[in-house]
Amino acid sequence: MDELIQYGPELFSGFLKNLLLSVLIGFFSLVVGTILAAMRVSPTPVLRAAGATYVNVLRNTPLTLVLAFCYLGLSDTLGLIFSTEVPLTNSFWLAVLGMSAYTSAFVCEALRSGVNTVPMGQAEAARAIGLTFFQSVRLIIFPQAFRAVIAPLGSVLIAMIKNTTVVAAAGYTVDVAAVMRETFDTTGVSIPIFIGIVLAFLVVVLPIGWYTGWLSRRLAVAR
Amino acid sequence: MQIRRTGAVFAMAAMAAGLAACGGGDSYANTLEKVKGAKEITVGTKWDQPSIGLKKGTADPEGFDVDVAKYVVKELAGGQDVKITWKEAPSSNREALLQNGTVDIIFATYSITEARKPKVTFGGPYIIAHQDTMVRADATGISKATDLKDKRICQAQGSNSYKRITDPPPDGKLGLPAKLVGASNYSECVQKLSGGNLDAVTTDNLILAGFSAQEPGKYKLLNDPFTDEKYGVGLKKGDKATCEAVNTAIAKMWQDGTAKQLLEKWYGKTGMEFPTSAPPAEGCA
Amino acid sequence: MSSASVLFDAPGRRGRLRNNLLTAVSAVVMLAILVWAVLKLDEKGQFDWAIWEPFLTAEVWQGYLVPGLLGTLYAAVLGAVFALVFGAVFGIARLSDHRWIRVPAGVIVELFRAIPLLLLIFFIWFLAPNVLGSGDYALFAIVLALTLYNGSVLAEVVRAGILSIPKGQSEAGYAIGLRKGGVMRLILLPQGLTAMMPAVVSQLVVLLKDTALGYFIVYTDLLNMGFKTLPSAYPGTKLTAAVVIGVIYIAMAMALSAFATWLEKRSRRSRRTAARPVAVSAVEGPAGGA
Repeated sequence: MDELIQYGPELFSGFLKNLLLSVLIGFFSLVVGTILAAMRVSPTPVLRAAGATYVNVLRNTPLTLVLAFCYLGLSDTLGLIFSTEVPLTNSFWLAVLGMSAYTSAFVCEALRSGVNTVPMGQAEAARAIGLTFFQSVRLIIFPQAFRAVIAPLGSVLIAMIKNTTVVAAAGYTVDVAAVMRETFDTTGVSIPIFIGIVLAFLVVVLPIGWYTGWLSRRLAVAR
Repeated sequence: MQIRRTGAVFAMAAMAAGLAACGGGDSYANTLEKVKGAKEITVGTKWDQPSIGLKKGTADPEGFDVDVAKYVVKELAGGQDVKITWKEAPSSNREALLQNGTVDIIFATYSITEARKPKVTFGGPYIIAHQDTMVRADATGISKATDLKDKRICQAQGSNSYKRITDPPPDGKLGLPAKLVGASNYSECVQKLSGGNLDAVTTDNLILAGFSAQEPGKYKLLNDPFTDEKYGVGLKKGDKATCEAVNTAIAKMWQDGTAKQLLEKWYGKTGMEFPTSAPPAEGCA
Repeated sequence: MSSASVLFDAPGRRGRLRNNLLTAVSAVVMLAILVWAVLKLDEKGQFDWAIWEPFLTAEVWQGYLVPGLLGTLYAAVLGAVFALVFGAVFGIARLSDHRWIRVPAGVIVELFRAIPLLLLIFFIWFLAPNVLGSGDYALFAIVLALTLYNGSVLAEVVRAGILSIPKGQSEAGYAIGLRKGGVMRLILLPQGLTAMMPAVVSQLVVLLKDTALGYFIVYTDLLNMGFKTLPSAYPGTKLTAAVVIGVIYIAMAMALSAFATWLEKRSRRSRRTAARPVAVSAVEGPAGGA
């Protein structure tokens, strides 16, 4: 218990960095994922193929490799550098870049599967009563797809928050996992510290799961 | 249902036991006993530093640290052959590997520092390295360490070498303003140097000389050393018996000329100046 | 592309023209990006034969890639077997009629699904020597952590698979005089298995990818051997190595995914089950991986 108190502030500031990363990555991956999903359902074969390739590559590569590639490949070899002054800042944005690229593939798949849950008949009915493409998307498809997407998006969000513990692979070594590891190096394994960090994650992750689950049940389209 | 649960507990127990068996074999009091008794040992070295410890293909790693390890281990066993299992020990994992008992002993450019002493028992040092600076062979304008002012230098993870440039004493040395570029280890620093993303790499001369020998003619060392880095033998905290034996072995290695011979073997072509006698032992604590 | 046909009518003349124009523009944009990337890579010397040639030598494969790949597969297979056992046991336990079985099983499953995998790996890696004596626990930590996490996800898949079977099936079972064990063994599991297979295989893809977390505790896996050790012996091959091992990972994962898709199609056609296939995204599964 003493270790938890002694290293508490450091661990907590590490955890805050995980949260900050989560917010940024959540924002960017939602934007990029939506663009990708639009590409994948577009009437243009080139865009569909590009979207599909991106999703398949990113989704099937281990996140650790994606992050290590951003750090050692993109930054070191190809010279993509966000900050020449502070290496940690460089790593921070590389981590955001890598994890957003990775997570957006999953966001795209969640959104696309949402669109796919809308039965064909709905779109056909919309066209039959004379709605234009944008009207049918806005009034018929999107409201139904959105509801089907809440639960899977919640899962993607939760997975992403948990995955922020891997950012040390991009050289960002001040997040809670890296701090915990350093502490274990110094004091040996500490069960209170581990439980403390797990509880911190539970406090963030579980409500998101409950809320998205509750919301998707409440809004579920009865068919 | 009850049977299923019992089955689950049994399966987990079997798994734990089965996997633990891979690790086992810890019936010896310390590393020295293990070497003498079982005639086997697990040694941690670098796998990514040429001339120090570099894993090439299917073979065991090779380099100065590796050869020193072989000599010392043989001495520990009283001159008998010992089966050595080589494990990778990157800078950021060395303490954990010793604590866990994954490796018994570490020879991996492990500088003896005050900060590490509470976690590790150090034998040696077996050699004293000096911080030096490496630039591209065609570079002009950097000929001594103090020329690094306002230049781009490498900051490798887990290494404090950059501080000797940027910070004043006692932590550092020169206190020059320099632009730091991050990298995860020195292989990557050297790659940045060759790609033109860095002006110089500054760290222990033994490490730099290895890289410059790996790609001859590409880089040059300034030969302007300005610190002492005592390379120690990492042992599990409190293993004094092995530590004493390691110190005896290191003293012998310098007396019988093996140390000089190994330095010639790995660094002969670099034109570096070698010490002729053993560095003063630190004492085991 | 079934989704495309939901959203669009077959385009008319103007629509076709517009689509063709869009196709042309996007093709030009994609091509421009590609050309820019190639030029940029060439400028950095990434197409030099010298940094690709090592990957055609036996030494690179025998010394680094194959041992690494074997390490990855070994951890993945062990993890998969134990996770499947764990998932089956806890999935069924969560459906138990006994509170004292159902509740603890539920807590364990929910807990391990919420713990970041890397934290679990670190914890086990540091804890194991204290409990089991000193040794090399890299494999142990990875396999045990993979088992606990993926097993918990699989438990949810199993539960969903069994719940997806219409109630009439088990009622019919009880009606012909079967007991709880019999209903589970003879009626629910065989049908549920078909429904849950695609989701199970998808989760195994996640498990395979997650073995790469061994990078952090120097487990001899594909990522460590291929991306760290190999480029040190062959200077300048960092990017090339990333491409090669990336392709290996993607090939393995996509082969497994293709298997899952095939299973899903087959089980959708199959009339041997009354259950609808468990949606892959119904449980946290595929997104849960690192």
